Amino acid sequence: MSDTTTGGGRDSALLRVAWKAVKLVATVALTFLGLLVVTFLIGRVVPVDPVLAVVGDRASQSVYDRVYLELGLDKPLYEQFWIYLQKVMTGDFGQSFLTKRDIVDDIARVFPATLELATVAILIGTVIGIPMGVWAAVRQGRFADQAVRVLGLVGYSAPIFWLGLLGLLVFYARLQWVAGPGRIDIAYEYALTPKTGLLLLDSAMQGQWEVFRNVFSHIILPASLLGYFSMAYISRMTRSFMLNELAQEYVTTARVKGVPEWRIIWVHALRNAAVPLVTVVALSYANLLEGSVLTETVFAWPGLGQYLTNSLQNADMNAVLGGTLVIGSIFVGLNLLSDLLYSLLDPRVRRGR
Amino acid sequence: MTPLLTVEDLRITFPTRAGPSEVVRGVSFTLGRERLGIVGESGSGKSQTGRALLGLTPPPGKATAKVLNFDGIDLKNASAATWRRLRGARMSMVMQDPKFSLNPVMTVGKQLLEALKFGAGETRAEARVRALAMLEAVQIRDPERVFRAYPHELSGGMGQRAMIAMMLVTEPDLLIADEPTSALDVTVQVEVLRILDALVRDRGMGLIFISHDLRLVSSFCDRVLVMYAGRVVEELKASELDKAQHPYTRGLMNCLPKIEGGVRPLPTLERDAAWAL
Repeated sequence: MSDTTTGGGRDSALLRVAWKAVKLVATVALTFLGLLVVTFLIGRVVPVDPVLAVVGDRASQSVYDRVYLELGLDKPLYEQFWIYLQKVMTGDFGQSFLTKRDIVDDIARVFPATLELATVAILIGTVIGIPMGVWAAVRQGRFADQAVRVLGLVGYSAPIFWLGLLGLLVFYARLQWVAGPGRIDIAYEYALTPKTGLLLLDSAMQGQWEVFRNVFSHIILPASLLGYFSMAYISRMTRSFMLNELAQEYVTTARVKGVPEWRIIWVHALRNAAVPLVTVVALSYANLLEGSVLTETVFAWPGLGQYLTNSLQNADMNAVLGGTLVIGSIFVGLNLLSDLLYSLLDPRVRRGR
Repeated sequence: MTPLLTVEDLRITFPTRAGPSEVVRGVSFTLGRERLGIVGESGSGKSQTGRALLGLTPPPGKATAKVLNFDGIDLKNASAATWRRLRGARMSMVMQDPKFSLNPVMTVGKQLLEALKFGAGETRAEARVRALAMLEAVQIRDPERVFRAYPHELSGGMGQRAMIAMMLVTEPDLLIADEPTSALDVTVQVEVLRILDALVRDRGMGLIFISHDLRLVSSFCDRVLVMYAGRVVEELKASELDKAQHPYTRGLMNCLPKIEGGVRPLPTLERDAAWAL
């Protein structure tokens, strides 16, 4: 019967899910392997002598040679890669020449700061950006649309360090609505037992609401700024996706059925626009998670962006590669997540290609 | 008998860079509980006429008329709320391609229930029963499954039946069918038309059937309006199509291939600038 959907029993459905899972794992593994090859090659290509970085430039030739052998640099490249692979798998990214600590510990220290800032920022950007974009699309060409456009353009074009300094000047120095640079006041710094490293979460879980308030007042200004930039992008994209959806025939069908306009916009059109929006939000989030050097510098935020820039400037290659790997993993993870969300939102993707 | 729908001097204009462009230029007709066909080539204004009757002229277009009356209700100055009360409940429209006219991320059942909720104010429990009965009425053999299915899981013919079900489930008085079979396979076309025909006849509805297919329209409708360049150039009884006077209508009929004794190659349609005046 040509008119029917493809059914299939319970067994074949199970098999399909299992096959999908296998494919997913294989894809992820391959992606990671590629990522590792790239980071490994970067480490070999950059004009930084890894031996000199360890022994310093005053070491004698014999010391240099010994470390050269210890680092395994005499072995063929593929063997070196194999060793690198094994180390990474056991969570050993080597030591930082700068901080003299394990890279893993360093990243575990700086990454939560970035994660917390990025998460609050993307929440602000999404919660404000999407409704604004929808509103602009519905009011296409009218005042609201122009207002959203201008707001977005300012978000694109104003340098963030300038906005950051201005924000600090106005809201911190003058009005004193928010706390200044840093993640937390020194007075509260040791009041928390670090668990996740996300201070908002830690303080909330431990019921320390005073600390929570302090952390919040530190994070809100930089998060709003970063959120503003994401919002500018998200609202523009939402607007264009919504305009596209509102011109579709199914919207006319809904109108013919007598469906009220708010439901046409927020249920019919937005549900369809949400599919491509997932990617936009995921990419914005990934960008934020790389850490924003400028924002982190202005707000003295001990995050990944600052750490990486610092390492790079001091030719601390282990740290740079470790950080790159973390950022790469974030991208892989977020892509995976948006793929899953895709198939949740769009029934046409769900049944496989 | 008072007519269901009276249209007098309907005009639809779209602003363009070169000034306003009138795509429908003074269309008038009345409709009882009968089947009226509107034929014409692309751009003749037949679809825009259909949409204007539902108050769905896409902005920035504007529809005006001397009289636009639906069952005693003046639609000329109707508020958005009046339109919304009428649409779905008393007038509805079947569109060309179910691939585009059904919401791809909503199940057919949900979309049907929505029609009942906003068109008939039906509560959930009875609505489901009514929706399933309607799916059966459009000769869907497995209504339960189609109810749960997403539009992309249905074939074109199945999708269009679901669309017809959705538009007729509230038992409206007027149905506008805008090229309802043009996107379907020829074999399915007949089936879908038969279903539509039976439902409209049983319910005693008024039907406006818009198509570019003169033969289809004449076999299916009681009366035919022939539109050209935004005007009605001829109005005929479907049974008296041979008596058409207007050269455009005659030209359309000459282009129809005949099984026996036809002319090959088929004559091309000639257009006279004077008809558009």
